[in-house]
Amino acid sequence: MAETTETTAVYVADVEEFTKGIPKEIFVNGESIAFFKTNSDKIRAIRNSCPHKGGPLSQGIVSGDYVFCPLHDWKISTVDGKAQAPDVGCTHSYSVQVEGSSVYIQI
Amino acid sequence: MRKENIVLIGNGMAGIRTIEEILKKEPNRFTITIFGKEPYPNYNRILLSKVLQGDSDINEIILNDYDWYEEKNITLYAGDEAEEIDKKKKVVRSRQGRECPYDHLIIATGSNAFMLPLPGADKEGVIAFRDIKDTEEMISASKKYRRAVVIGGGLLGLEAARGLLNLDMETEVVHNSSYLMERQLDEPASRMLKNDLEAQGMRFHMAKDTEKILGKKRVEGLKFKDGSTLEADLVVMAVGIRPNAVLAGASGIDTNRAILVNDHMETSVKDIYAVGECAEHNGIAYGLVAPLYEQGKVLAERICAKARTGTGYQGSLTYTQLKVSGVDVFSAGTFQDEEDTKAIRVHDEFEGIYKKVVVRDNRVVGAVLYGETADSPRLLEMMKKGQDITGLGKTIILPSEQEGGEAGSLTAAMEPFETICGCNGVCKGDIVEAIQKDGLTSVEEVKKHTNAARSCGGCKPLVADLLAHTLGDEAGEGLQEEPMCGCTDLTHEEVGEEIRTKQLTLTREVMNVLHWKTSEGCSKCRPAINYYLGVAHPKEYEDDPSSRFVNERMHANIQNDGTYSVVPRMYGGVTNPDQLRKIAEVADKYDVPLLKLTGGQRIDMLGIPKADLPSVWEDLNMPSGYAYAKSLRTVKTCVGEDFCRFGTQDSIGLGIAIEKKYDRLNTPHKVKMAVSACPRNCAESGIKDLGIVGVEGAWELYAGGNGGVDLKGGELLTKVQTTEEVIDTISAYLQYYRENARYLERTSHWIGRVGLEHVKSVILDNKEERKALIARMDTALEALPEDPWKSITSNEKKREELFEQKKVEVLQ
Repeated sequence: MAETTETTAVYVADVEEFTKGIPKEIFVNGESIAFFKTNSDKIRAIRNSCPHKGGPLSQGIVSGDYVFCPLHDWKISTVDGKAQAPDVGCTHSYSVQVEGSSVYIQI
Repeated sequence: MRKENIVLIGNGMAGIRTIEEILKKEPNRFTITIFGKEPYPNYNRILLSKVLQGDSDINEIILNDYDWYEEKNITLYAGDEAEEIDKKKKVVRSRQGRECPYDHLIIATGSNAFMLPLPGADKEGVIAFRDIKDTEEMISASKKYRRAVVIGGGLLGLEAARGLLNLDMETEVVHNSSYLMERQLDEPASRMLKNDLEAQGMRFHMAKDTEKILGKKRVEGLKFKDGSTLEADLVVMAVGIRPNAVLAGASGIDTNRAILVNDHMETSVKDIYAVGECAEHNGIAYGLVAPLYEQGKVLAERICAKARTGTGYQGSLTYTQLKVSGVDVFSAGTFQDEEDTKAIRVHDEFEGIYKKVVVRDNRVVGAVLYGETADSPRLLEMMKKGQDITGLGKTIILPSEQEGGEAGSLTAAMEPFETICGCNGVCKGDIVEAIQKDGLTSVEEVKKHTNAARSCGGCKPLVADLLAHTLGDEAGEGLQEEPMCGCTDLTHEEVGEEIRTKQLTLTREVMNVLHWKTSEGCSKCRPAINYYLGVAHPKEYEDDPSSRFVNERMHANIQNDGTYSVVPRMYGGVTNPDQLRKIAEVADKYDVPLLKLTGGQRIDMLGIPKADLPSVWEDLNMPSGYAYAKSLRTVKTCVGEDFCRFGTQDSIGLGIAIEKKYDRLNTPHKVKMAVSACPRNCAESGIKDLGIVGVEGAWELYAGGNGGVDLKGGELLTKVQTTEEVIDTISAYLQYYRENARYLERTSHWIGRVGLEHVKSVILDNKEERKALIARMDTALEALPEDPWKSITSNEKKREELFEQKKVEVLQ
């Protein structure tokens, strides 16, 4: 199983466990993932590690589609994990599904 | 008497400008009704490209908001299109069935984007670039798709392409000619433009004719007449505009390419007028804003006077400016060489500058400027006046070519009657007069007072230059003030002032009312706004944790590995065996990797995982040391009179009293204090935000010291006799710092900026203000929330929200 690149949907939490503006860190199979609930109630997930020095993005200030890394203020897109200019880099972004009140992530 | 009815069809720039001109002359004579197809108030269509390029948002390009219509008693049917003009009954009927009688009817239906009638042009993802809807569609397409193709290498097409690049799309431009903007530029300028845009990442397909658009439901690509193809997820057609004269034509009004008008903007039917892009005057339908505004003025005159007056409209000289960041292009009049013309040329390939001034019979008849367009107002003026340039040197025609001379001011050499803003016809003299008479100090103010720079914005640098030149040195500093961040043009002071005067109470409200450029701000403005709101409304404002930097949200200091450090409060740097035992026990229980004594006389417990923080605090059962906060950090003290053989005062007692009083107070930046009991200064009072030094029978207070990045000794603020006076002075000083300094400005920089004498005059000399400051400080202190460590450990929801590290395992 571990060798295939297929992904599986994993239930991680209920929608109400997330707070707008305050990201949440969830370990999925030992991997730390930062979850964001946007003002339009979308749930997004990226690896909880800034492409710069691995800062925990789940502790950053969230503004719209971006999170600012708490260590050195890099601006990272919560949509695709890309660092915004002038910085360059990318952290992994996960696809998220919400079914009813359950949130699933593709791992 | 019944008011006369004016009905305007078309809620765009030309029509509304006409109404504005009419209201200037006759504020109360008419009942005005407006039909507009788009569901928006009048906005600046020219700046849609700026919205697309991310420099503005939709709200910023609104020229007249709904309040304006209400204020002027205008009935606006936005989103309802006029469908029929009944000339006999003098009534307009709309799609939604409204019937509106008119005495004067103005048609200002503008233009429609011209869509090439290609097979497949009706597919999803094929759009024009004309209105807010198109712009929004491009922005939303950029989130899902990657490859954009713009058909049309003219002005509009290139502006659209630049916007799509900014939206991170791969952008290809297809053009049917071999040269970009061939209707405005000659070959050398066109080549330079192409090179510059290629360097910005645009890709060009020149001299290509599109045969059809490929794809199933949604566009997938283009096929050219030469057989080649190009992939595309989005196609923007920007090949031109066509005047919208359909309604007029169907109503029996004479039309050609557009609605025919005479010099007084009258159509072939009595009491019906046309203005703007939909009107054709002497065979020309203008598509630029300056002529439309000139027409609006004439039409307002005609309607208000009820008769033809003066010479009316005599046609306009048109010119073009490309609004693409990083590229300056200007073109006007006859720009190609002809048999009877000669040209002045400047071509600097190193600097990327090209200038050509075309001259016929010793008069300037056209110009192309590339890379540097500062001379454009002067050239336009010469063309308008038909000035004889015999004997004028090159540097008079092109002042920017003067050796070194023009570095100072672009507008200094201009005559008062020369035009600065071509769109709105505002000359240098008008602006200078407004600046002087109304005391204007910013470009925004000039815009409001004179209309200059309010349309395409191309003359903004000239307005700024003129402003600086007119105000001289006195305003030099004010003009360079940095905005708070990229989300706004306002400075910290302006935002603070707006919060107070407009009584704003929520972050979102501040951003909306002050027209923030981003929807939710950034890591710079959010914490600042949160701070200013808290100072303005100490009792009512509820702190917004999502606007707090990590340390202040988690109430601990984040470390390079994502763990945190915990520093409990030890008032005055004094501890006891109980505290030390507790700290030792907690350090053992949680395997704290490092215990360190801080410079502020307390103990730092480093390397604690996020999830452990609440229980560490619970076990410590000590107040938070606020070592992470923009707040009072520590009051460092020396031993003082109890034990020290030199001590003259009770430094520990005073230090503890101060720390207990101002503990947990929000300040613009961190505040460090110290109390030493003699001038030996063992507590380092000389390098603190406020340092106190005891001398025989008195205390000296030093302000604005800093032991950090910019090492600076504090300056003597005052010398007082009693500890009450010390406390009162600190209250006035800290409160003034809280209200007056910018967020994230340390006291040393603040005092450096405003001057110690100024601070003294407010908090010491002005007894009334001092009293008021102390009272406001007391209000703020009373409203402080309880210790955050305590409140979080006893709040299950907060613990979970901020500190939980949930784990999900999947069985493989």
